[in-house]
Amino acid sequence: MTTMSDPPSESFRPSQLLNDTRYRSYTFQFIALLCLIGLMAFLGINLVRNLAAAGLNISFEFLGEPAGYDINQRLLEYDSQSSHWRASVVGALNTLLVAFVGCILATIIGVVVGVLRLSKNWLISKIMSVYVEIFRNVPVLVWILIVMAVFVAVLPQPRDFRGDSPEASMFLDLFAFTGRGFYFPQPYFTVEWATGSTGWLIIIALLVGALFGTRAMLARATRIQEATGVRPNTLWINLAIWFVPLILACVIMGLAWDIPELRGFNFQGGIFARNSFIALTLALSIYTAAFIAENVRAGILAVSKGQTEAAASLGLRPNRIMNLVILPQALRVIIPPLISQYLNLTKNSSLAIAVGYMDLTGTLGGITLNQTGRAIECVLLLMLFYLTFSLAISAIMNVYNNAVKLKER
Amino acid sequence: MSDTHAQSVAFVRDTMLPEQEPPATERGVIKWLRENLFPDWINAILTLVAIYFLYKIVSGAWPWFLNGIWSTDSLAECREILQGTTGACFSVLTERWNQLLFGFQYPNEEYWRPTLAFILLFVAAAPLLFAMYVPRKVLIFTALYPFIAFWLIWGGTIIVPIVALVGFIAAYVAFKQFERNSFAAGLGAGVLAAAVVWYVGGFLSSAMSGVLALPEVPSRDMGGFMLNFILGTVCVSLSLPIGILLALGRQSSMPIIKWICVVFIEFIRGVPLITLLFVANVVLAYFLPPGTNFDLILRVIIMITMFSSAYIAEVIRGGLAALPRGQYEAADSLGLDYPQAMRLIIMPQALKISIPGIVNVAVGLFKDTTLVSVISMFDLVGMIRGPILASTEWNGVYWELWGFAILMFFPVCYGISKYSQWLERQLATDHR
Repeated sequence: MTTMSDPPSESFRPSQLLNDTRYRSYTFQFIALLCLIGLMAFLGINLVRNLAAAGLNISFEFLGEPAGYDINQRLLEYDSQSSHWRASVVGALNTLLVAFVGCILATIIGVVVGVLRLSKNWLISKIMSVYVEIFRNVPVLVWILIVMAVFVAVLPQPRDFRGDSPEASMFLDLFAFTGRGFYFPQPYFTVEWATGSTGWLIIIALLVGALFGTRAMLARATRIQEATGVRPNTLWINLAIWFVPLILACVIMGLAWDIPELRGFNFQGGIFARNSFIALTLALSIYTAAFIAENVRAGILAVSKGQTEAAASLGLRPNRIMNLVILPQALRVIIPPLISQYLNLTKNSSLAIAVGYMDLTGTLGGITLNQTGRAIECVLLLMLFYLTFSLAISAIMNVYNNAVKLKER
Repeated sequence: MSDTHAQSVAFVRDTMLPEQEPPATERGVIKWLRENLFPDWINAILTLVAIYFLYKIVSGAWPWFLNGIWSTDSLAECREILQGTTGACFSVLTERWNQLLFGFQYPNEEYWRPTLAFILLFVAAAPLLFAMYVPRKVLIFTALYPFIAFWLIWGGTIIVPIVALVGFIAAYVAFKQFERNSFAAGLGAGVLAAAVVWYVGGFLSSAMSGVLALPEVPSRDMGGFMLNFILGTVCVSLSLPIGILLALGRQSSMPIIKWICVVFIEFIRGVPLITLLFVANVVLAYFLPPGTNFDLILRVIIMITMFSSAYIAEVIRGGLAALPRGQYEAADSLGLDYPQAMRLIIMPQALKISIPGIVNVAVGLFKDTTLVSVISMFDLVGMIRGPILASTEWNGVYWELWGFAILMFFPVCYGISKYSQWLERQLATDHR
């Protein structure tokens, strides 16, 4: 507001601080600053007095002490003698694991549901609407606990797989879905030099190489098309770039599968995903997918029919219309809310504490907090982690938004 | 047309043929089926798969529901009656409905109070929600409602809410008196008047604590779905004005105020609600003067209000940004000052644009009130997880209880979002 109501006067009078719109903003800001400083001082003095009364101080030394509790699902080496800091890192990685798997699952389900909801098939679109409305309008905590209840009440326990006529059996003799969690076959390499992480690094390198290879092939196809007007078929050669080196590598390094099998009272071998992890990831992704489906639907509907028709009248084929005209415009609408759904999923993963999954909220904000009694430090670190993560993603998203936004005027 | 001469051809039809029915595949149910369920083979497969799954679900759930038992005292008795057949044990609902709705400590004979408050809420909300159909005089009741509801739910003497109300009235009168000088002066006078009234009223209410007193119910006794509802309505209504102020602050040209708002909003939006609830539960006490001990429900209300006001501020900021620049300039050129321009020109339009977003935040907030169960408050989810599922009688009853939770939350949230779509159509003034 830069209203110039009075002609500029020669001398400054103190009453202008209240009455003149040019100076009044300084008064307001000064008052606001005073209030802020006053509030901070009030809180700070209270904090100091309360800590002194309780005989506490602010220190992060407890992070170095042994944690003394166990974490049953972990990506890093950890035992109960490791430090609280180590426990927090393990928890943070568990948070990121849930967020990563959840985001991928939610995107897949959400896109499929969003597209199917626009389908001309009456039954399918109705079912998808019901799915979206039911999952959007019930708290995610309820969904997490319901999925957990499936594990507790419905799925068979490992003991049910035992005996001559077991009540439950493994799926295809490869997967075991039990109330304790899911057991999957685990691939590993048998050749001496490729065991451990070496083999996996080679596989990752091959995949990255294939990505660049296919991009180069597509660029070449575009060049040829621009020169001659005929676009060479790239499908088979791209498939070959992806799969031939991969299969060769697997054969050379001796790929084998470690299949879970029942020994005693439990399954051994394979990859074990604990029930709390599966319940949390699954519930978060089907809940978030309902929101993503709405975003996808809105994005597709936001591209006006005229765009499709214009592209068709230029002579583009349907798949080229989709790739070159509709998707780029729909993605511009879809991506920003999609990213904020990812952030929501990550923040909602802190509900892990309700099913006993040891994410950062469960380790640092749960057991560590309760054991050490260092509430302020723990909650501060907890907030800092989520804040850093959110701000980093927001910053990346702003860069993306600036890159794809409509260039006007 | 008239090249053919009637005389030169052998036969000319001079009457219309009766209209024939369209072919059987092009009319009625069959046409609808062909077009909507089986247009091509991919869709036909999808339809058949969907029908199969629907059949599986219904055929599983229907006998479970029909065989449901409504009148036993424990799950064991249910199992005895069912004798291994599938069937629900709905008696957990008939036996524990009061705990699910009101928590396990709210006194039984006082259930009418929250129920009455709940019904009156609709009366109070009607003039806000359906402004075009409800006479404006009902707004007086809406203004009184928060005080009535407080008195009904928490009990105690009626003097407390009356003093609070008089404080607000005094503030309003003082504001009107001094508003002519400047908006800021009016605001200051209002705050001062309210503070004086409340200070004096404090002595009054402690002196006359028996006047029209309902039995007092402490906040730690609130629970069940009632707690979700109280938290939801209180926090949404408190966070709306705070959110508007934050949004205006963030758009402000005064750098200090702007940065205070930006830091607050981004901080709150960056952390999960659960960490804020931890703050309410274990940290907030450190930041208050030693000896203050105000109850958990109030601390939680403060934190959830802060949380949702940051989100509402972002929604309203979107509305403010969507207004054409010309609206601001038109308000300036009419000679309106900042508060007038905001109240008369900018805010009505910006709020209208942001209705869908605000409703989304409100629905999200209502759902998020279930998170208080994590800090061991017994809301609906807390009741189910805690006292009911842990009891020996009902250990193992999952689907009936969670189904009840869905049945409670879904109609409210779905209703609110449908209402917002309706309101959006009502308020649409453009001709699209």
